[in-house]
Amino acid sequence: MAEIWRGTWVVAYRELLRFVNERSRIVSSMAFPLLFLVIFGAGFGRVIGSLAPGVDFIKFMYPGIVAMSVLTSSLFAGVSVVWDREFGFLREILVAPIGRSGIVLGKAIGATITALLQVTIMLILAPVLGVSLTPATIAQLIPVVTILALGLSGLGILIASFMTSQQGFQLVIQLLIFPLIFLAGVFFPVNNVPGWLEVISKLNPLTYGVDAIRQIFLGSNASLGVTVLGHTMTVLEEVAVVGALGTILLGGAVIAFSRQE
Amino acid sequence: MTGPTAATVVEARELRRDFGRIEAVKGVSFEIGAGEVFGFLGPNGAGKTTTINMLCTLLRPTAGSATVNGFDVRRQRSEVRRSIGLVFQQPTLDEYLSAEQNLRFHAYAYDVPRDVREPRIRELLTMVELWDRRAGSVRTFSGGMKRRLEIARGLLHHPRVLFLDEPTLGLDPQTRRHIWDYLLRLREAENLTIFLTTQYLDEAEYCGRIAIIDRGEIVALDTPDGLKRSVGGDLITFTTADPAKAVADVKERYGVEPTIRDGTIRFHVAAGDTFLPEFVRTFPDPIQSVSLHRPSLEDVFLTLTGHTIRDSELDARQMLLQGAGRWRMGR
Repeated sequence: MAEIWRGTWVVAYRELLRFVNERSRIVSSMAFPLLFLVIFGAGFGRVIGSLAPGVDFIKFMYPGIVAMSVLTSSLFAGVSVVWDREFGFLREILVAPIGRSGIVLGKAIGATITALLQVTIMLILAPVLGVSLTPATIAQLIPVVTILALGLSGLGILIASFMTSQQGFQLVIQLLIFPLIFLAGVFFPVNNVPGWLEVISKLNPLTYGVDAIRQIFLGSNASLGVTVLGHTMTVLEEVAVVGALGTILLGGAVIAFSRQE
Repeated sequence: MTGPTAATVVEARELRRDFGRIEAVKGVSFEIGAGEVFGFLGPNGAGKTTTINMLCTLLRPTAGSATVNGFDVRRQRSEVRRSIGLVFQQPTLDEYLSAEQNLRFHAYAYDVPRDVREPRIRELLTMVELWDRRAGSVRTFSGGMKRRLEIARGLLHHPRVLFLDEPTLGLDPQTRRHIWDYLLRLREAENLTIFLTTQYLDEAEYCGRIAIIDRGEIVALDTPDGLKRSVGGDLITFTTADPAKAVADVKERYGVEPTIRDGTIRFHVAAGDTFLPEFVRTFPDPIQSVSLHRPSLEDVFLTLTGHTIRDSELDARQMLLQGAGRWRMGR
């Protein structure tokens, strides 16, 4: 047990060290969500107007972009595993007397902390975009983002356990990341789309993460929220869905990662 | 320079590993005593890395057993790992961290106590002459510097054995010699046992004992001098004014059968370095010139296996290519 905890914190510590050492990564990982926010916001803002009383397109999209930045920085846990394998450092980690599950948890926690840092940067922008920010919002946001990030980094590590090359991993992630984002209700309310799109979106677990974050910012709203079988999901229910799935993904990652020699 | 003493640090008994139908290591046995520098010499594909990986618990043996520092490599993997230092063939540093950060990660992972950690990092970095570069990103280091850093890292948690898999592969001769200066100095300072694999014959000369491994089997195990003696000893060549008389004199005095080539008389003796002064002083005929040739480990390898290290490397590559061809056709 001691070996697992030591593994967890030492691996997480290194992930953060690298994040801080690589300033370019901080900039580039922020660029993508910001680009969406600025371009989509400016492009569609006027056309779409208000989606619900007092909620214009930017206010609607902003929580979704927060979730998106959580997704990209969490999946980086997987990038980091493939990276370490390619540059040999994974061997140094694997031969150390630290538990395999500790390594996976450490990578996940490292990615989660970087996700929280990214969200913090996004929050600084909130007042500029006219999104209201209260201490209560932040207090609710931290646990929700943490749970979402842990689960998504589990997904990243799970995929990385089967990948040997950076290129292969990037390809899989690209194929995965766009449908996940576009079908998660980041850019449109999932209740108001053609039937087939609605079904796919509601099967996408990220949808519940996006909506939980949105509800924290905008409050519960029947026309914007996610309705499953006639029931509008509450934040708690959505967090439960994300948490359950995250546990499965993280557990799967531990098993897959421990299997390698 | 002697065989295993009272304290045996590594013991392998009939250690064997198959990969599918390929027998990579066909049951090797040896013992390494405390403080020894023990080398595994052989070409690529001979089973060196497979053996080192089994001893370091990175690979489970198919059969046989081994202990390292008294711990069983099958059942006490964690204990084995804590008690050994490892330097891999391929670099395993985090290039985006500094030298110091790499060492600190290792110290945390191996649970080196806080009060020991910083002085130990300083001591080792000073010994491998990287203390001035401690804050530098490893990315900017040369191949030799990276190797030195990895050796320092391998010793950080006070292991009693250091395993080095091809420690100087791909480095230029001068850098290789430097690495060995550091290694021997560290061995002295740390009272270390060193196990290394190599395909460089000159590198094997640094070892107290060498196991020559070829196609998964140990074909000889002795000190470098012992190995050289085993192939017929040193070659003495000399010239005199009257070769025919000299041949008869050699035959009579030393009981060996000399040969003459281009007017030069040649014969083998066991220990040429002590024989030569005696020979020059007491030989009845006036000697015009004399020379001593000690057999190299290359000669030893050639005698024992019937091929040179480079040849067998080509063989191994050919086998791989053929294997790959078959595999592709099989699909």
